[in-house]
Amino acid sequence: MTEQRFRRFQLPRWTFPAIAVVVLVALVGAAARDPVAVRRRAQAASSETSRSAGATLSTDATVVAIDRLLAASRLAAGVEAAAAADNLTILRRLWLALAGTIPSLEEIRRFEADTEPGAVDRALATLLSDPRSAEALARRLASPLVGEEKGEFIVFRRDRFTTWLADQIGANRPWDQTVRDMVSARGLWTDTPAVNFITQAAANGVIDADKLAGRVSRVFLGARLDCAQCHDHPFAAWKQGEFEGLAASFAQAKLSPVGVEDDPARVHRIDRTSVAALATAMTGAGRNVPPRVPFGAEWLGSGGTHRENLAAWVIHADNRRFDRAIANRMWSILFGKAWHEPVDDIPDPGPASSPDDLLDLLADDFREHGRDLRRLIGVIAATEAFRFASTHPDLGSAEGAERVTATWGAFPLTRLSPDQMIGAMGATTSLQTIERNSHVLTRTIRFFRETDFLREYGQVVDSQGGSLPATIPQALVQMNGKLAREMVEANVVTATGRIAGMARDDVARLEVAFLVALTRRPASEERELLLPLLTLAETKGRGLEDVMWTLFNCPEFSWNH
Amino acid sequence: MPTRLRTPVGPRYEGIASAPTGRRSVLLAAASLGLSFALPALPARAARCRGVERPRSLLVVWLAGGPSQLETFDPHPGAAAGGPTQDISTVIPGVRIAADYRRLAEVLDRFALVRSLVSKEGDHERGQYAVKTGYRPDPNAIHPALGAIAAHELPATGLELPRFIALGEAEFPSRGGYLGNELDPYRVFAPGQKGQNLVPHVEADRQARRLRALDSLTRSFETGRGEAVRRTFHEHTLREALTLMTSEQLAAFDLDGESEAVKGLYGDSDFGRGCLVARRLVEAGVRSVEITLPGFDTHARNFAGHTAQARLLDPALAALVGDLEDRDLLDSTVVLVMGEFGRTPSINPLDGRDHWPHGFSCLLGGAGIAAGQVIGSTDPEGVAKQPADPVEIPDLSATVLAALGIDFAREVATLVGRPMKLSAGTPLARLLCGEA
Repeated sequence: MTEQRFRRFQLPRWTFPAIAVVVLVALVGAAARDPVAVRRRAQAASSETSRSAGATLSTDATVVAIDRLLAASRLAAGVEAAAAADNLTILRRLWLALAGTIPSLEEIRRFEADTEPGAVDRALATLLSDPRSAEALARRLASPLVGEEKGEFIVFRRDRFTTWLADQIGANRPWDQTVRDMVSARGLWTDTPAVNFITQAAANGVIDADKLAGRVSRVFLGARLDCAQCHDHPFAAWKQGEFEGLAASFAQAKLSPVGVEDDPARVHRIDRTSVAALATAMTGAGRNVPPRVPFGAEWLGSGGTHRENLAAWVIHADNRRFDRAIANRMWSILFGKAWHEPVDDIPDPGPASSPDDLLDLLADDFREHGRDLRRLIGVIAATEAFRFASTHPDLGSAEGAERVTATWGAFPLTRLSPDQMIGAMGATTSLQTIERNSHVLTRTIRFFRETDFLREYGQVVDSQGGSLPATIPQALVQMNGKLAREMVEANVVTATGRIAGMARDDVARLEVAFLVALTRRPASEERELLLPLLTLAETKGRGLEDVMWTLFNCPEFSWNH
Repeated sequence: MPTRLRTPVGPRYEGIASAPTGRRSVLLAAASLGLSFALPALPARAARCRGVERPRSLLVVWLAGGPSQLETFDPHPGAAAGGPTQDISTVIPGVRIAADYRRLAEVLDRFALVRSLVSKEGDHERGQYAVKTGYRPDPNAIHPALGAIAAHELPATGLELPRFIALGEAEFPSRGGYLGNELDPYRVFAPGQKGQNLVPHVEADRQARRLRALDSLTRSFETGRGEAVRRTFHEHTLREALTLMTSEQLAAFDLDGESEAVKGLYGDSDFGRGCLVARRLVEAGVRSVEITLPGFDTHARNFAGHTAQARLLDPALAALVGDLEDRDLLDSTVVLVMGEFGRTPSINPLDGRDHWPHGFSCLLGGAGIAAGQVIGSTDPEGVAKQPADPVEIPDLSATVLAALGIDFAREVATLVGRPMKLSAGTPLARLLCGEA
C-alpha cells in the first residue's frame, strides 16, 4: 500500500537532469550578464549633457585664453603654429591618454561614421563617460599617489585603491573630495580603500609620516617639500622645519587591527641621530614637532584629527597650488609631457592668479567648475596645442626643435608607457575593443599575455620625467617576442588573419592594416612601397604578416605623436 | 661640478637595413682581448692586489629573500641564537661557517667575510634597493644598482653583448635609475638557454624585407619631424638590438660547449647554470653580471629551507670561484655575495627566522679585495642588536666601486639636474688591497 502510494508520486526519470540543466542555464545566464550594463544605461541617460559640454569647449573662454597665451609665446619666439592634426590622429591621442590604448578598428569605424562637425568633441565625451577611461586614469594617477613599490604585505592593497579611485573618477566626483578621503580616511585597507594612500607609507609595520608628507606635497601641491627633509630646498623657499611640521600632521595615524586610526596621544618625534648625514648637527636628544603648514595656516581645519585638518588645508579654495598641481598633471597625461617638468615640482604661484600663467588659467577654471576632472580634461583637449600636428617645418634642425618644443608649437613625441604599449598591442590584435564585458576567456588570455609581456618589457614607469628611449630588451620583445608573433601571425583569431581573409583586395588590406596599427591610412608613397610585400610573398597572409610586423615596430607605433 | 650625463652616442642615423653586418672589427677586438689570457700568469694573490690590465667586471651573486647569517657564514652552534645549525672549519684558520657549505669552506680564503653589515631597511623591496644601490629609497630619484654603475663606468670595447646582464628570476630587478634605462640589466630568466627574444620569427629573406620596409616607414615618419624623431633614438636602439641578435658573442649564453664534468661541478640547477653562464659572460668581456638565487625568505622552516638553498649555492659558488681563478679572471673580477638583510637571532614558533637588517653577512672577493679575513662579529646569544665593528651599506658600496677602480665619489647629474655621488660611503681601507 505504502509502496503503491509512493509510486504514484514518483517523479519522471528526466526530472533531475532537467532541473540540473535549468539551474545550469540560469547560472550561466547570470554569470554571462553584462557586468557594466547598469552603468552603461546610467551613462546613456547622462550622455546628452556630456555631449553638449564636449561640443562647446573649443570656444570656451578658458580655452580661448590658453590659445591666446600660447600664440603670444610662439610669436615672441618666432615660431609658426603647426598645421592642425587630422581627426584620426587626435582620436589616437585621446585614446592613449584616457583609455591607455589606441582605438580599435571598431572604434575608428564608429568615429568615421559620425560625419557631423564636432565629431572629435563627441568622441571625447563618449570616451570620458566610458568606464575604461576611469580605469586607465586611475592607473595613471595611482602611480604618483601610491608609488610603484609593492608596499607592505597585507596592509597595502594597490588593487583596492585603484578600483576605488576608478569609481570616484567614473562617478565624476569632485577631485577635492576624493583627495580629502585619501588624506583623512580611517578604516581597513579592504573596506575603506582610500586608506591605502596612508598604508602605502607603512614600512616595517610603522606609517612613515615623512613619506606621506612628501607625497602630499608632490602630488597635491606640486612641490617637492620632501627635499627639505634633509636640507632646505635648493631653489624654492622650503625650510626643513616646514617639512617636519607637515609630516607631523600624519603622526597620529597608526596601524591597528581595525585599520588606520588616529591616536591623539601620538606626537611627531624627530630623532636626528637616525639620519646618519645629520648626526653631527644634533646628537642624542630627539625633539617633538607639532603639526604645522608651510603657508596659509588660516586654511587649516579645526576640531578634527590632524589629518582631517590637513585635508581641509590641502583642498582649501584659496590653496592655488592644489589646482595648479592637478592641472599640470592632467596636461602631462594628455600631452605625454607636463607643462612644467618635473610634473611634481612646479614654480610657486604668483601673488595673484595671472592670465599669463597657463597653470593659473587651468587651475581657476578647474576650481570654478567644482574641481571637475572631466571638465579639466575637456579644456586641455580642446586647446589648439593639443590639436596641432606633430610635424613642423622647424623640426629639421636642433635649434628649431628647441624653439618648437619650448613653445608647444607642435604636438610633442613621447614614448608609450608599458601600459599603453600593451593596450595598443591588444587593440591591434583584436580589431574589437577589449573591455570589461569582453568574453571572460578573452580577458583571461589578455591578462596572461600582458603579464608575460610586461615581465620582459619592464613594468615600472619612469618617475623622473622626460620620455626616455626604448632599451635593447624592449626592442627585442617588440621584434621577436611571443606576443609580437601572436599578433602578427595570420590565423583565424588575429587581426592579420581576418584582414587577409576579409578585405576585398591588397589595397584594402594595406589600408586596414594601417588603420589598425597606426590609426591612419597609408600615404600613396607608402602604399607603393608596401604593396609589393603583399603580392611578393608566397601567400597573401604571410605578406600581410610582414606588413603588420613592420607597422608594429616603426617609431610611429611606439611614440605618441 | 657634476658631469652631465652621457647620452647614447654612435652611428645612429644610418639605415636599419644594413645593421647586422661587419663584425670583423669586433671579432678582432675580441681576439685581442683573448690574447691577454696567454700572458704569463702572476702569482694569484699578487696579481689580484696589483690588478691586471684587463678591465674589471662585477659579479653579484644575489641571495634573494634575506639569507640567514646564522645558517650561512656566521653560525653560532650551541649558543642561544645558533639553533640546530652546525659549523665546520674553513681554509682560513679559526674561521668557521655553516656545515652545509663544505666546498665553499675550501675556497673561503678567496673572499673577505663581513659579518657585521647593518642596513636601515627591513622590508624586502626597500632592503634590496638599499643594498643594491647603496642608498635608501628616495622619492626624488631612482639610484642605479652597483651593477649598473659598473656597466656605466667600466670600458667595454668591442662588446656586442649588453653591458649589464641579470640571470635568473629577480622579484625586484636591478635598475639603471638616473643613469638611464639603457643601464637596466638585460634579463635572462632561464640561464643556460640563449637569452629570450633573440631569434627573428622569420627566415633571413623575409626578415630583410621587413627591415627594408621598416626603414622606409621610419623615413616617412621622420618627414616633417626630423629632429624630434632622431631624439627618440628609435633606430639606434633597433640597430643595437639587431647587432646583438646576430652577434657571435651570444655563444657565451650557450652551455653546449661546456663539458659534463664542468656542468656537474656547478650543479644541475638553474642557479648552477646561471653561475656557469656568468663566468662565460665575464670571460666574453661583460662588465657586470648579476645572478639571483631566490628562496631565502624562511619565516617558516628556516633550517630545512637553508639546507636546501645550500645544496644549490655551495657547489655553484665554489665552482665559480675556482673556475674564475683557473681562467685567470678572478684578478679582474669583483665577486659580491649577499642578500637584502639577514635573519633574526631568535627562532619563531614556525621554526623560522624573520627579517634582521642588523649584523648580517656578505662575501666579497676577487680584484682589489684583501681576501682571507673576517670583519665584525655578532652576539652568539642574540642579545646585542648591534654587531661589533659594524659596516654600513653605503661604505660597502663605496668599497665595491673602489675595488673596481671606479671613482666612487664622482658626481653625476640626474635627469632633473640634481648632482648625485655614485656612492655616499667611504671605502673600507681594510678590505682593499695595498691600503690596509
